[in-house]
Amino acid sequence: MTARRRLALALASCALISIGLAIGATNSSDDQSRVIRIVAQRFSYTPSEIVLKKGEAVTLELEALDFAHGFNVPDLGIRADLVEGQVTRVQLTPEKSGVYEFHCDNFCGADHEQMDGKIIVQD
Amino acid sequence: MTDRRDFMKLAALGGGAIFLSGLAGCAQSPSKSSPMAAYDEFYFVQLSDSHWGYKGPDNPDSANTLKKAVATVNALETQPDFIVFTGDLTHTTDDPLERRRRLSEFRDIVSALRVKDVHFMPGEHDASLDRGAAFKEFFGPSNYSFDHKGVHFIVVDNVSEPGATIGAAQLAWLQSDLGSVAKDAPIVVFTHRPLFDLAPKWDWATRDGAQAIDLLMPYRHVTVFYGHIHQENHHMTGHIAHHSAKSLIFPLPAPGSQEKRTPVAWDPQSPNKGLGFREVEAEVPEAEYKIAEYPVTRT
Ligand SMILES: [Cu+2]
Repeated sequence: MTARRRLALALASCALISIGLAIGATNSSDDQSRVIRIVAQRFSYTPSEIVLKKGEAVTLELEALDFAHGFNVPDLGIRADLVEGQVTRVQLTPEKSGVYEFHCDNFCGADHEQMDGKIIVQD
Repeated sequence: MTDRRDFMKLAALGGGAIFLSGLAGCAQSPSKSSPMAAYDEFYFVQLSDSHWGYKGPDNPDSANTLKKAVATVNALETQPDFIVFTGDLTHTTDDPLERRRRLSEFRDIVSALRVKDVHFMPGEHDASLDRGAAFKEFFGPSNYSFDHKGVHFIVVDNVSEPGATIGAAQLAWLQSDLGSVAKDAPIVVFTHRPLFDLAPKWDWATRDGAQAIDLLMPYRHVTVFYGHIHQENHHMTGHIAHHSAKSLIFPLPAPGSQEKRTPVAWDPQSPNKGLGFREVEAEVPEAEYKIAEYPVTRT
């Protein structure tokens, strides 16, 4: 994990969020969790549907291309400010199956209200 | 104060009225047991979310809705003491020049209001992309307070900071502003976004709104009027009442009622359905008499 770690939320899902430089730091996860890359660009996340297994530790690597978008998953108690041109890492281990919606909560323009997605946690 | 005909006109545009007897909940005061400092009767009008510059299928009449609302307010037989716009005056644009053009057109349209005491605050569509710079050029500070006939009004900006927060500096200002207000004084807060978590999944909240509510909590008669959600909603956090207003562009679905917060589809049969403004009347409560019966002798 890089030195720029700046936010740790230990709520429902034990999420860890950190920021690393986009170049050189993307492979430096200090654990063996599966890595899922998500690109945030006005006004969508790609992919916008992320399927996880209950109990599986994963690292989301969020890259914001054009704006300091937000990443908020209210029902998992996770939120992060993405930094343009950098990768923000969110580690989580979902403990309950279900659908967890996420959205951008940093107003980013005309279709900001449509910038969302969902994490589907399967048994 | 307003007459029946005025209410009919308001109803025609989907408007509603809230009476602030005791300046708290709607119509009934939850704090009757708690006496309030004296104030005079008056009423004001709240308009919200006109999104000037929006063009799209959710309101094909968007070039006229705001103008019609201005005409309806001007036709009220008894004019309000003042008018407040609770944000999203304009629809967002990435172009700073276009943003200023929309703010300027909005200002021209509302300058036709007969009442000249008009208070403005930004919504995220006006202010989030430039931290309120253009808004302030046209309308001055985005947070401020004023007094009117014994009521203390506070305008809180929860949109100009990135991520829609009030921010530490403004919270400190709010605390010091409240410092000179009596605990039993009637207080009205105007803001754009809900200060409480109305629907976090739809981002209908203010990240540090709970801190503002905490600062307001010691005051016994606090009412919050806001916009943002394009519909009426009435909610209590403790003894503090929160009332959202309808928009003047397109209605949004009830909080959390569907997966996406997409606008309610335009109905050509009823083009102003779900739109409107409200008047708020500060009514001095009638005298109340507490009666206790006693026997001839007490043991
Ligand atoms: Cu965004």
